[in-house]
Amino acid sequence: MTMFSKILIANRGEIACRVIKTAKRMDIQTVAVYSDADANALHVEMADEAVHIGPPPVSESYLQQDAIINAAKRTGAEAIHPGYGFLSENPDFVEAVEAAGLKFIGPSAKAISAMGLKDAAKQLMQDAGVPIVPGYHGLDQTPELLKSEADKIGYPVLIKARAGGGGKGMRLVEREEDFLTALESAAREGQTAFGDPAVLIEKFITSPRHIEVQVFGDSKGNVVHMFERDCSLQRRHQKVIEEAPAPDMPEDVRQAMTQAAVKAAQAINYEGAGTIEFIADGSGRLQTKGFWFMEMNTRLQVEHPVTEAITGLDLVKLQLRVAAGQALPVSQDDIAINGHAFEARIYAEDVPAGFLPATGEISHLKLSDHARNDSGVRTGDQISPYYDPMIAKVITHRSDRNEALSALTSALAETQVSGLASNISFLSKLSSHEGFGKGEVDTGLIERDLDALTIQDQQNEVMIALAMMIALDWQTSKPQSNWRMFGSASRMVAMTYQGESIERRLEVGSDVTSSDLAGNILSQFKLIAQHENSVDIEVDGMRFGLDFATYMNGQDNYVVLYKDAQSFEFILPDPLSANAQANTGENIITAPMSGVIRLIDVEENTEVSEGQRLIVLEAMKMEMNLAAPCAGQVKGLTCQVGDAVEGGSILIEIEPEA
Amino acid sequence: MTKLVSTSMPNADNAEAMHCQLDDVREEARRILQGGSSRARERHVSRGKLLPRDRVEGLIDPGTAFLEIGLFAAKDTYDADIPAAGVIAGIGQINGRDCMIVCNDATVKGGTYYPLTVKKHLRAQEIAEENMLPCLYLVDSGGANLPNQDEVFPDKDHFGRIFYNQARMSAKGIAQIAVVMGNCTAGGAYVPAMCDTTIMVKEQAMIFLAGPPLVKEATGEEVDAETLGGADTHTRLSGVADYMADDDAHALALARNVVRTLGEAPQTNITLRAPKEPAYSSEDIMGLIPHDTRQSYDIRDVIARMVDGSEFDEFKARYGTTLVTGFAHIDGMPVGIIANNGVLFSESSLKGAHFIELCCQRKIPLLFLQNITGFMVGSKYEAGGIAKDGAKLVNAVSTANVPKITLIIGGSYGAGNYGMCGRAFGPRFVWMWPNARISVMGGAQAAGVMASVTRAGKKARGEDWSAEQEAAFKQPILDQFETQSHPFYASARLWGDGIIDPRDTRNVVSLSLKACLNAPVEDTSFGLFRM
Repeated sequence: MTMFSKILIANRGEIACRVIKTAKRMDIQTVAVYSDADANALHVEMADEAVHIGPPPVSESYLQQDAIINAAKRTGAEAIHPGYGFLSENPDFVEAVEAAGLKFIGPSAKAISAMGLKDAAKQLMQDAGVPIVPGYHGLDQTPELLKSEADKIGYPVLIKARAGGGGKGMRLVEREEDFLTALESAAREGQTAFGDPAVLIEKFITSPRHIEVQVFGDSKGNVVHMFERDCSLQRRHQKVIEEAPAPDMPEDVRQAMTQAAVKAAQAINYEGAGTIEFIADGSGRLQTKGFWFMEMNTRLQVEHPVTEAITGLDLVKLQLRVAAGQALPVSQDDIAINGHAFEARIYAEDVPAGFLPATGEISHLKLSDHARNDSGVRTGDQISPYYDPMIAKVITHRSDRNEALSALTSALAETQVSGLASNISFLSKLSSHEGFGKGEVDTGLIERDLDALTIQDQQNEVMIALAMMIALDWQTSKPQSNWRMFGSASRMVAMTYQGESIERRLEVGSDVTSSDLAGNILSQFKLIAQHENSVDIEVDGMRFGLDFATYMNGQDNYVVLYKDAQSFEFILPDPLSANAQANTGENIITAPMSGVIRLIDVEENTEVSEGQRLIVLEAMKMEMNLAAPCAGQVKGLTCQVGDAVEGGSILIEIEPEA
Repeated sequence: MTKLVSTSMPNADNAEAMHCQLDDVREEARRILQGGSSRARERHVSRGKLLPRDRVEGLIDPGTAFLEIGLFAAKDTYDADIPAAGVIAGIGQINGRDCMIVCNDATVKGGTYYPLTVKKHLRAQEIAEENMLPCLYLVDSGGANLPNQDEVFPDKDHFGRIFYNQARMSAKGIAQIAVVMGNCTAGGAYVPAMCDTTIMVKEQAMIFLAGPPLVKEATGEEVDAETLGGADTHTRLSGVADYMADDDAHALALARNVVRTLGEAPQTNITLRAPKEPAYSSEDIMGLIPHDTRQSYDIRDVIARMVDGSEFDEFKARYGTTLVTGFAHIDGMPVGIIANNGVLFSESSLKGAHFIELCCQRKIPLLFLQNITGFMVGSKYEAGGIAKDGAKLVNAVSTANVPKITLIIGGSYGAGNYGMCGRAFGPRFVWMWPNARISVMGGAQAAGVMASVTRAGKKARGEDWSAEQEAAFKQPILDQFETQSHPFYASARLWGDGIIDPRDTRNVVSLSLKACLNAPVEDTSFGLFRM
């Protein structure tokens, strides 16, 4: 069959860009879709055509099936690539696409349905002879019954939204008494995210490894696997760093697992790219009887690049060929593991603050030249509260695991993000984690070593002095720079670092000297050269370079120094900017971060008691309960359910009890 | 252009002598740069105020130069120690624009105006006016120093002249900006009031004609200082000030913003070119100047270490050789150099006058390198009309309207000072090396002249005068001249704008020239040359 001449990508961000790249290489025209928030997004710029499909909330844009199908018809696209997330695993959408006479680039609606409901999927797999984890997958959803099933399985158990995925609607319950609260919350998340509150319960394996097998099927009945990926480095069920192949994977286990995966795909006549996720007992050497089917993802995975790296295959290209009705161009014997690959996901999130999603403008973005970077944003783009806060995926591929991992560490050190918080430093610490380096991975690793992985290195005095000079654009090499008839140029500078004010006296002669206000010298160094985005300095006879970025935020001057994958952000406040003091009274609730209001428990004039939950704010994948700071009466409710609110904005005011 | 070849080798003895004199200057500078006593400074800082030098540094662009004037003003002139005459003045860059900054030092006698404080303030204004530099007054002063009121208040070049200058400069479009950061009382209150733009620091700055005690005395009204003349009153009620700042840093930022509204300085009508470093090190200068002032040296050795690429297009090299004239560039700016290389004769005077005519016609700034004992004396030279030829040089120097910069790098004696553009001849800047000496004649000559007059008188009365007696007579005169001709003495009285490190000469001249480029170079019309 002939290849498509034009496709529409029903997605945004890096995956839309990723698909467009391959399509361009195959001389296929591309159509992007975009919401108001994405009018200037990279995927829109990269595509040959773009169609506006609605306002920022996903439910009004990227989940609008009709709008997307119309866009495809208007532009003459023959097929729709769903990317991941959004409509990628929605069988109704697949049917609608096909009803419109278009081709869905992915599996059939039937295959998606079969795998979409996790309990049914497990049954199907069990029938096909694939091992599954003990659990309750029944239809009876009365809380008491669910709890008794959980008690039967034995704690810890995992509650999962039946229609869920990507960690949404998933709760780990370690103690019997916590079950009902967790159930309520998982069900609510399932309802909001997928429109289905039903859950299933599973045995929780305490030292688990998450290993998944990439499979690919075509319309001719061929199914191949592309070996495994290890995605055990997770935090709250979110994958952080993925690799392929899995470390310390015995050949017999690989055989058993990949065969089980192929069997699973064959059981549903799978077409296109899919992933069979297994949970494996990682407490010792992996065993052929020590892994169980978890779920099948009937789409292209976020972490597909590691598989591409080790197999040399372009999975999007294969998707397009299979969707166009062509046979897989590779047979199982053609596919081999070449080297080792890692992928780290760079997110806009504030790690020290508890991995809170961050929003705002990416004031500066520099990606490594020594890695594959899959990104859908550029300097100046916004990370909005409406979508996934991913900034980039950094993928390294080398001949063995050690090399690939150290390449990942270096690539992360070369990656610079500023303007909003990012997890680069956390990823870098993780990539240098001793146990991870040895391949001792399990899904609990991050949580166990969280303190060490999230600790912020301290800025030092040389960095403070440098940041001050950079912020002031304090040049030292122009004719008569800093010349004084006698004495030397010296000034008091005040900056803030992590909200704390730092005051120093800087003196610039042949050396730069910084001292505190009492006159104690804190640092002394030579500025060897000042470049646009780096400086060369000499401290105690040691010369080294330091990268930096500067940008303005409002009137304030920001300087970010990059050192060992950590960024140190200093702010030189403009004394002229209004000293508008935030109202930080004890009777207001402000949004702790940007997000969407999911629930408001009260109305204007409602009497509230201190500590009572008033608002539930959802920011990306987290729900936060905002409680009354004092007892009193609600006076001034500024938000409504569904509002996207900015971090720091006042949501509710309470008139305290007299 | 001809590249100077300098074969002279720096000499260690010379260097030691120069360093020794420079060390005295540096030592004194270090002391003066601290300002008032440590107690006064601590008290000042404890009120949340920035020290005056920190105010100046905070006002100018980071990484730029500050060309300070009158650092040694009032040194050893009053009973009390008044570092820098209690006011910091100099040219600094604010948002890219050269400005004159005048900053009271409240840690020195409350920033009150001594006679030399007034003189320095007026000198700063003179520089600003000649070079069209916006003025920023950082005010923190108790006003006139009362014990010295007779030498501060009434005369032409006394306190009132400050306001006269402000009004005249404002009229010429030279911005007058005040930042009131402390006291500003009585007559001093007119500094901000006369300004185009005035900024006051909240709960720290005070402007009033009479303070609370005087008001109570005069009218019986009881009022606190803040209500009477604080920033709130003046920015909200009286309109005496325009902006209210939260603190010193905020006030300085506001002032920088005011300067930004002035736009860029007008383009100079002088042709510039790319700067080039001299081919010889400025460090050599220290060892090239003979420590024995009677020894001569070739001034071209100094020029080679000052000018771009050591390139010097010498004019009339073969005529009047005791005066070296020629064209060069400093930091890309063209300059006509007139440098002593011995005593002034008729020919050298005529050559100098001719060269000044050239520079005025071509609008090239003049740089005088003074090292002069005077014009040649004797019947032969008087008969040759040296007075009339010297007068031609003095005439040309006086009327030349191109910017003139004078560097006193050795002796500056008698009429030589006049012919070589001494202070009286309106150079934009006068800078001195530590080895410079300035007086009407050399101390030995003065003592000799006075001794011979005395000896003649005694002889007429038939009195004896032994050699010892004569030596004892001469010594106080020698001492007086040594003290009074020293650069410290000259700088304390603002005969010059400052003593500089000879190695910094190129920087100082460059910064001075840059300041001059802010004003257009005017045409010159010479007076009548006696032929």
